[in-house]
Amino acid sequence: MIGVEHYVVVSSILFVLGVLGIFINRKNVIVILMSIELILLAVNINLVAFSAFLHDLTGQIFAMFVLTVAAGEAAVGLAILVIYFRGRGTIAVDDVNRMKG
Amino acid sequence: MIHVIAFYLFAVMTVASGAITILSRNPVHSVLWLILAFFNAAGLMILVGAEFIAMLLVIVYVGAVAVLFLFVVMMLDIDFAELRAGFVRYFPFGALVAIVLLAEMVLGIGAYRAGSLTLGTPDGTAAAPAGASNIEAVGALLYSRYLFLFEAAGIILLVAMIGAIVLTHRQRGGTRGQNIDKQNRRRPDEATFNVKPEVGKGVQL
Repeated sequence: MIGVEHYVVVSSILFVLGVLGIFINRKNVIVILMSIELILLAVNINLVAFSAFLHDLTGQIFAMFVLTVAAGEAAVGLAILVIYFRGRGTIAVDDVNRMKG
Repeated sequence: MIHVIAFYLFAVMTVASGAITILSRNPVHSVLWLILAFFNAAGLMILVGAEFIAMLLVIVYVGAVAVLFLFVVMMLDIDFAELRAGFVRYFPFGALVAIVLLAEMVLGIGAYRAGSLTLGTPDGTAAAPAGASNIEAVGALLYSRYLFLFEAAGIILLVAMIGAIVLTHRQRGGTRGQNIDKQNRRRPDEATFNVKPEVGKGVQL
């Protein structure tokens, strides 16, 4: 039978994949943002699984708020990406520190 | 039995599409694999009876966020091959961090399975009422106990919307827009006339 551990294993693998994605795509901000979405998805799976197996709906409500924040973060992040590209012509993030001043 | 098969199907598909998302060379493919990962995660959530969050995941992520990603990836003219440089260089360090993280998580799950951790018991105040569907139960809780948090979520979305518009909006010089105020202030005596004077008569100014 499928227990809460199965869900925790899936979500932890997904979380680690998201962290790995941030490391190996260091230059490409779009894929970094996608990796952050993967991490938040893993968190949501965790919250929903615990909520279901403990018969307590608070986890599902909280997953909804995580979803809200993730949507806002993606919108603002991509807006920043667009204006960065407009000014620089590239989205390589390893020279972002030239923006200071 | 079908439940177990469905779980493993969705779990394997979620993890596999997540892996291809971060390893794919083309970001457009990455977005499409991310969409597949979200669909399969929604399937995982339906299996435990959380239909509302599952449908929300499909609508919000696949319908809005993933399409936004696709939009930006296709709108910006980016040389993705150049961005791939350093992939091999950073891979060992990233893999090391990932393995350490995974080992910690496996240790935690192992400790739970060995019985040395208890998850605690819910106080029962947020339990689903008997006979109510998932959506009814979530709605009843959301509009009573979590009402203020719900409103705060709406404010967060409003701030994100205004922020995104303010950031990307730009005034372009050199274009001739319509000035409605100026149009409405015009009077007939300052207007230009089209006259057809007879030969030798001249024009009255």
